[in-house]
Amino acid sequence: MTQPAEVPARIARNAAALFNEVSDTFVMNLGVGIPTLVADYVTNENIFVMTENGMIGTGKSATPEEAHPQLINASRQLVRETPGCVYLDSAEAFGLIRSGRVDATVLGAFQVDQHGNIANWIIPGGKQLGVGGAMDLVAGAKQVVIAMTHANNGKSKLVRECSLPVTGFTEADIVVTEMGVFFYEDGHYILRKIAADATIEQIRQTTELEFLCAAKLETMLP
Amino acid sequence: MRKSKIMSAAQAVANIRDNQTVMVGGFGRSGTPFALVQALVESGRMGLTIISNDLGSPREGLGLLLNGGQVSSLIGSFYNWNPEAIKAYNEGAIQVKLMPQGTFSESIRSAGAGIPAYYTLASAGTELGKDKETRIFNQRTYVLEEALRADVALIEARVADPLGNLVYCKTARNFNPLMAAAASYTIAQVQEIVELGALDPEVIVTPHVYVNAIVKEEHA
Repeated sequence: MTQPAEVPARIARNAAALFNEVSDTFVMNLGVGIPTLVADYVTNENIFVMTENGMIGTGKSATPEEAHPQLINASRQLVRETPGCVYLDSAEAFGLIRSGRVDATVLGAFQVDQHGNIANWIIPGGKQLGVGGAMDLVAGAKQVVIAMTHANNGKSKLVRECSLPVTGFTEADIVVTEMGVFFYEDGHYILRKIAADATIEQIRQTTELEFLCAAKLETMLP
Repeated sequence: MRKSKIMSAAQAVANIRDNQTVMVGGFGRSGTPFALVQALVESGRMGLTIISNDLGSPREGLGLLLNGGQVSSLIGSFYNWNPEAIKAYNEGAIQVKLMPQGTFSESIRSAGAGIPAYYTLASAGTELGKDKETRIFNQRTYVLEEALRADVALIEARVADPLGNLVYCKTARNFNPLMAAAASYTIAQVQEIVELGALDPEVIVTPHVYVNAIVKEEHA
């Protein structure tokens, strides 16, 4: 099986691959954690990364020499500008999200259930107190991609019913884990891509939610 | 003679009273008016309601205001970067109202634009939306959100002219222009003050009419 250190890179690489063929302007938002890594695998110049604190055309992580303390993404990482980038206030940034100008958001999650519900804003218990842009993003982005590890301490994050508080009424359109890529279609998740080192049987054993398998499975990027 | 808006941080925050509501710009460290926050800490004002996206990291900026017991409630979006804020809330020392970040920014924008309330999808169907009035548009459930205004706004910009026209710096813009328009009294901390007429009118982001006081950040 995949070594833990390779897992985030694999998930990010496969999330980026979903959109690397777009042929028109495509605005992408990236959440905290694994989704932030997606920027490193975006190769298509039609893709513009927007960050909800107020920028379109957000670049990759800045080296200490390039870094400007006032230039950060929504994960508070110091980032670069790209040619043609533009700054916005936060209301306009969320206006873009609400009005459907963000083609896809890639977010992490604690749980996704088989109805497509996403739980990604809080684990109750007093250690967290924040929501950030999660609810606005799942409600407003045209496509919601969840990029997350398949399980947490051996417990499937793809569940029958979310036990944690949900983030909104919206469905997760695509779920990318280190084992497979699932597409939500007509009320079901369909496994369409599988990792080279995983079998359908293994995925069934480690997945709580019920999913269908595509007739022809593609192999995920390594 | 025009009255000058340029003053020290201590003079500017002297307008803030106990139990008032203060908006503070910034996202993490970017765009946070640290000198103004420090002056507010030193003013010893108590019972403050702080409207800010987050509370930064512990033991700096707004975290110091919390540590000094000067805060009675927080209205914002994300406190996970400051575990001391979470602890204070869990212990009942402060009240917290959590808002989706887009709702937080739009509510502030609305206050500045004279809009009392609006509908949004964010938080519908969630714990944060459970007590809100709802209405269906185009078969989707929206929640009613009210404008969010403050007595005083503390904001940060890169450059001001003597009237208080402002230009920001990169992602430090964030909530600052919205807050400038949403408070009765707005104090801008700036890195530089240029001569009147030196700013290109086409690039000014915040018009001076929103700004009541200008404080030049001192570089030690």
